[in-house]
Amino acid sequence: MAHALIEKYKGHLLATALTAGVLGLLVLWLGYQYRDFITGNVLLYTLLKIIAILVPLLLAVAYLTYAERKIIGYMQVRIGPNRVGPRGWLQPIADAMKLLFKEIIFPTNANRFLFVVAPMLSIAPALAAWAVFPFTDTLVLANIDASLLYILALTSVGVYGVIIAGWASNSKYAFLGAMRSAAQIVSYEIAMGFALVGVLIAGGSLNLVEIVEAQQGSFLHWFWLPLFPLFLVYFISGVAETNRAPFDVAEGESEIVAGFHVEYSGMAFAVFFLAEYANMILIAALAALMFLGGWLSPFEGTWFEAWFAWVPAIFWMLAKTALMLLFFLWFRATFPRYRYDQIMRLGWKVFIPITIVWLVVEAAAVMAGIGPWFV
Amino acid sequence: MLENYLPILIFLAIGVAIGVGPIVLGYLLATQKPDSEKNSPFECGFEAFEDTRMRFDVRYYLVAILFIIFDLEIAFLFPWAVALDSIGMFGFIAMMIFLGILVVGFIYEWQKGALEWE
Repeated sequence: MAHALIEKYKGHLLATALTAGVLGLLVLWLGYQYRDFITGNVLLYTLLKIIAILVPLLLAVAYLTYAERKIIGYMQVRIGPNRVGPRGWLQPIADAMKLLFKEIIFPTNANRFLFVVAPMLSIAPALAAWAVFPFTDTLVLANIDASLLYILALTSVGVYGVIIAGWASNSKYAFLGAMRSAAQIVSYEIAMGFALVGVLIAGGSLNLVEIVEAQQGSFLHWFWLPLFPLFLVYFISGVAETNRAPFDVAEGESEIVAGFHVEYSGMAFAVFFLAEYANMILIAALAALMFLGGWLSPFEGTWFEAWFAWVPAIFWMLAKTALMLLFFLWFRATFPRYRYDQIMRLGWKVFIPITIVWLVVEAAAVMAGIGPWFV
Repeated sequence: MLENYLPILIFLAIGVAIGVGPIVLGYLLATQKPDSEKNSPFECGFEAFEDTRMRFDVRYYLVAILFIIFDLEIAFLFPWAVALDSIGMFGFIAMMIFLGILVVGFIYEWQKGALEWE
């Protein structure tokens, strides 16, 4: 069906792609001609830089959904989407188009204002957290001193979107899903916060660039090794924070249908979806930044260092993020869903004691001057 | 210093716009044909049994309260962790006493069953 359609409209598609390409080149050329004007105008320049972050980010979100379906498909000996475009490459675009033309339903007795505000409250912080994110030591939009605190604060705001969506929908499943989800997010945020404190002690700064620079040396100096328990706690908490499998009771399809966004349809649903995946990428990228040395080359300080010196720093950053994202997908294909009481027990009775003990050990080691916390 | 925060403000505004834009677009492009059945809250095909704003388990409330305590503690730990090098033994011991008091409270709520979910 889709193939026949593509055959039929091949000419149109090609013409559209060509026009877009020519227009893109024209914009680039214009930008180059007026580069002094653009870089001179702070507002315009900032806007362009923001677009340069957001467009790849949104594309990454779109293709993360494709990668998810494809990778989990292969893990379960299926092929995954392969009909729209060659090997299914256009699947995310087809999905977006479908959602765009779907009716947005407002349930009876729903609080209309809150119902519309909720998706915005989840997407805005999920995107705005990237404002301080350093892709390399120089490639950062706003290099503020308290960037880690800013990211922690913004990711915490996301829970309001969930809870307001569940409340405003006037649906039992949405309400139950929102309660579960909010309690879970809030519980794991504590463990996550403690893990971040460990990183702060080791890095000696709230600035993400300085945290990465504190990991220089070799891949054994990256914080994953000296802070190994905190790394595990951080990443597992991150999976729970984003309501991903195996901690996805908040949207458990077989129990409460889809949880807090069960009443959302069309683009309103798409915005929630976008926020969830943007948050996933953020958690993965932060894990890469704080525990896996960010943009530092894994061959630093080894025999192969010179061989890989030509690889741009941002490549390592993105590769490490992609690796952590693969774990998100892998978890989903591997682990069965946790029960809710098990989730709460893991968060409160396992992770919080582990992180508190590890913080005391780490701080004591720093005070006593014992390595590897020789900061 | 403060001009570093301007891009963040713009970024936030664009983030909100990315939330608003698609919804408005979807509202304009899609056919809107609401009817009372379609708009009724989803309950697996049944008529809604009772009001949605029902009673819920008190433990959710308890978790929220406990969260505030621990989150505040993290807010205390952040500056302490960054400054650990310069505040020396005094700062370290002070924070250990603070953590000790908190751990006592944590053990108490554990024993009281505030963290039990059946």
